Amino acid sequence: MRRIRLILPALVLGVALLPGMAIPAFAADSGSAAWGVDQLMSALAQRKSGRVQFTEKKYLAILERPVESSGELVFVAPDHLEKRTVAPKPENLVLDGDMMTVERGGKRFTMPLQNYPEIAAFIESIRGTLAGNRSSLERYYKLGVEGRANRWTLTLTPADSRMAAIITQVRIEGAHDALDSVEIRQADGDRSVMKIRPATRP
Amino acid sequence: MMPAPRGGPRPTALPAARLAVILWLAWLLACAAVVTRTSFTADLSAFLPRMPSAEQQLLVDQLREGLVSRLILVGVEGGDADWRAAVSRTMAARLRKDARFSAVSNGEPVNQAADQRYLYNHRYLLSPTVTPERFSQQGLTAAVADTFDLLASPAGLFTKSLLPRDPTGEVMSVMSQLDAQQRVPMHGGAWASRDGRRAVLLAQTASAGSDTDGQARAIDAIREAFADAAKAAPYRLVMTGPGVFSVKARDTIRHDVERLSAIGVAIIVTLLLVVYRSVPLLVLGLVPVLSGALAGVAAVSLGFGGMVHGLTLGFGTTLIGEAVDYSIYLFVQSAQYTRGGQRDNRAWIAGFWPTVRLGVLTSVCGFASLLLSGFPGLAQLGLYSISGLATAALVTRFVLPHLVPATLHLRDVTPLGTRLAALLARARRLRWLVAVIAIAACAVLWARHDTLWGRELSALSPVPAAEQALDASLRADLGAPDVRYLVVLSGPDQESVLQGAERVARQLDPLVASGVIGGYESPARYLPSAATQRARQASLPTPDELARRLDAAVARQPVRRELFAPFLAEAGQARTAAPLRREDLKGTSMALAIDALLTRHGDQWNATLPLRAPASAKATDVLDSQPIRAALDRAGVSHALFVDLKRESDQLYGGYMREALHLSLGGVLAILVLLSVALRSPRRVLATVLPLAAAALAVMGGLAALGQPLNLLHLVGLLLLVAVGSNYALFFNGAASTGPTTAISAHTLVSLLLANLTTVAAFGLLAWSDLPLLKAFGLTVGPGAVLALCFSAILARAPANRRRTTAGQP
Repeated sequence: MRRIRLILPALVLGVALLPGMAIPAFAADSGSAAWGVDQLMSALAQRKSGRVQFTEKKYLAILERPVESSGELVFVAPDHLEKRTVAPKPENLVLDGDMMTVERGGKRFTMPLQNYPEIAAFIESIRGTLAGNRSSLERYYKLGVEGRANRWTLTLTPADSRMAAIITQVRIEGAHDALDSVEIRQADGDRSVMKIRPATRP
Repeated sequence: MMPAPRGGPRPTALPAARLAVILWLAWLLACAAVVTRTSFTADLSAFLPRMPSAEQQLLVDQLREGLVSRLILVGVEGGDADWRAAVSRTMAARLRKDARFSAVSNGEPVNQAADQRYLYNHRYLLSPTVTPERFSQQGLTAAVADTFDLLASPAGLFTKSLLPRDPTGEVMSVMSQLDAQQRVPMHGGAWASRDGRRAVLLAQTASAGSDTDGQARAIDAIREAFADAAKAAPYRLVMTGPGVFSVKARDTIRHDVERLSAIGVAIIVTLLLVVYRSVPLLVLGLVPVLSGALAGVAAVSLGFGGMVHGLTLGFGTTLIGEAVDYSIYLFVQSAQYTRGGQRDNRAWIAGFWPTVRLGVLTSVCGFASLLLSGFPGLAQLGLYSISGLATAALVTRFVLPHLVPATLHLRDVTPLGTRLAALLARARRLRWLVAVIAIAACAVLWARHDTLWGRELSALSPVPAAEQALDASLRADLGAPDVRYLVVLSGPDQESVLQGAERVARQLDPLVASGVIGGYESPARYLPSAATQRARQASLPTPDELARRLDAAVARQPVRRELFAPFLAEAGQARTAAPLRREDLKGTSMALAIDALLTRHGDQWNATLPLRAPASAKATDVLDSQPIRAALDRAGVSHALFVDLKRESDQLYGGYMREALHLSLGGVLAILVLLSVALRSPRRVLATVLPLAAAALAVMGGLAALGQPLNLLHLVGLLLLVAVGSNYALFFNGAASTGPTTAISAHTLVSLLLANLTTVAAFGLLAWSDLPLLKAFGLTVGPGAVLALCFSAILARAPANRRRTTAGQP
């Protein structure tokens, strides 16, 4: 039943999907010997804003094939994130500081993020990564990084058991200061994979 | 205390005196008996109309018993945010067990499991989207497709577990109605203010807002819970809400009445002692005052069903200032009728009584108009003043002379009187000043005539501005319903008002969609009418048919149809389930909403639908009433009212204000008629009225110049000023309708000065009251009384023979 409580916020949330932005960027120095979480974070923190397109596939046990959605993501440092889904149903999700607003089917909901710690954790996985904010990520996750500046994988593992009951791991792949994909593995075996590519400039 | 008339033997005096004293004592006993059975209130009742319209009755009900009247908003400030949250949780846990509260919310999910169970288990009875169309083949296919689409959205993470049970998304439908909830930010598991500086809680008391004692007990409980939870730590507790205001107002009134009457009495006693130099005389001087106060309270008690408002008592302290004047006139002027230690009672009474009688009649005429007021507060003041002043005057005239020893040891005030007479002679040169002041006052009043009168009932509120600001701030923190707009339906039973609420809701929904209103609450959301529940059940096809339609609906979805076995089972059960009743809500937070929104008064049931202003109107919070009334008309529900409580209360005040204005003018007219009849000379009427009018103008002009918006009580204060001031003017102009205009005597001048000082002491003190109502009186009557005396002196006609001023002295 606790899931029911989360429906509304989840509506609002683009959460599971909020991926990063990948716009070509001038990257952090690649190939440096001491490359690690700190270097990745400072590289990511250089990016002040971005706009990307996403395609997300969800693999659910109850479904025989994945469901797909696509749209656009907009990030403005430090804490503004928008997820505009175009297909299959238009939906707009805006995170601004601690408030999240969702518009779907002509309805609009607004609520404080901190009232829903599970969702706040989701949000920070994406937003914290985009902002290169290590301390906000570490409030919810244990961080691990593999690879090097030009091809890295950031893994976020929930630090608290409440969160771990929902999410096993978040894996974010990228190059330099841009994100390429976000994979969320849920505790029940379902998972979602969001691919990110630069927005086509009008 | 029995009279011992050693003066001139008057064979008939003794029995008459005895009779008067006996009657007086009996009267006092009767009044005392009534007073002991009187209760004193300090709630808003004084401001509520005696004969309300339907809308006003709603306002009254809301203020007395409505949900809003039961809310106490609590804030915990200071210290550290995590610990504030801990204090909040500890307090809430304790208060939830307290029978004085029906609910305590601080964001903790105490009823969450029960709420969710109710909404989930009864989704097919509660969901507004359960219609025959939705469960037709086409509708079902579309609804299922929507639910699959939602799986792709972020919400899918949570909705996927519901898919096998609720492929049409009825839980979502039910939940999305409950917007507006949970907007308060959380910190450390409890609600916090948006600025993060305090933890906030919302307590709903079991007792009605009009039950001030019950509210006081609830407030004590909160204080105790806080003291226990916060221990010695650096936290502060703040509370507001209608109940808190009533309790505070009552305390303030009590405190103010006690303090101001104590100081007032002390000043008056000191003044009288200085002049009289006689304790027995002082005590005797207070006899008419106390008799008057007692009679006033008794009269109000009899006239208002045993209830006397604290403000009436507060006002009553000022009556001391006027009633004591009568005995002052009696005593001080008695000196001029005393020869060789013997007093000529007949001349004495004949000398002062006609003037005082006319003064009292003037006051009574002025206040009698207030009796007609629909504002109980004013009517109480009128009745209190009339009975108090009449009693005081009658006691002074018929009882006091018999109690006073024939040989008075009153200090010789002749030297003071002579000096005053000399001053008076020179005062007449200042006539031009009165004219200048009056003209200046008129100019100020003209310049400010737009902003002269306050227009809101809150101007009369005994709640200080700081408290109102705190209330607004806590309300904003909690997003607490300030419940300004209501639609109220009435009917003979619960079912009929629930059906009415549903019809109205169908008309309100388009207004929400178009942004005319932000949203609304309805009891039928949580407890649909039986008819609606039956209709929803009838919307569900038979199990076989539903299974067939579902197969078709999911045929193109990436899913095995066996997945939906739980849905088919639960929909089948819902189809034949017993309809929901009020009892089924027990233990959920919706039960509280139902209790507040679905009420019963005797044989009449009411459903209340509070409306919210749209977010875009947040700055003003004003709703356009036109489309809402039109929607109500379209709903075709009889006995449905749309009420804007704020407008209603402002209109109420506007009504009081207009009425008070008319009544005051009527009072003034009555006074003019009385004076014309008594004085039988237009010139003397004019001479009496002119100084009073000038004083009233000057006071209004002064208040306007200070930027003080004038309210109802200033107006009544002016009436009182005319009543008090008429005594002065009459003495200067000679009250007796017969005989020539005689110059004022030195003793009379002293008595006027003393009477004026006591009046100013009593009324002027009110200017320091914490209660806006009493303060308004103080600011009007205090300076006004001084001006009335000065202007009367300045404008008094010079006597034909000035030597006569001291002619009566030995």
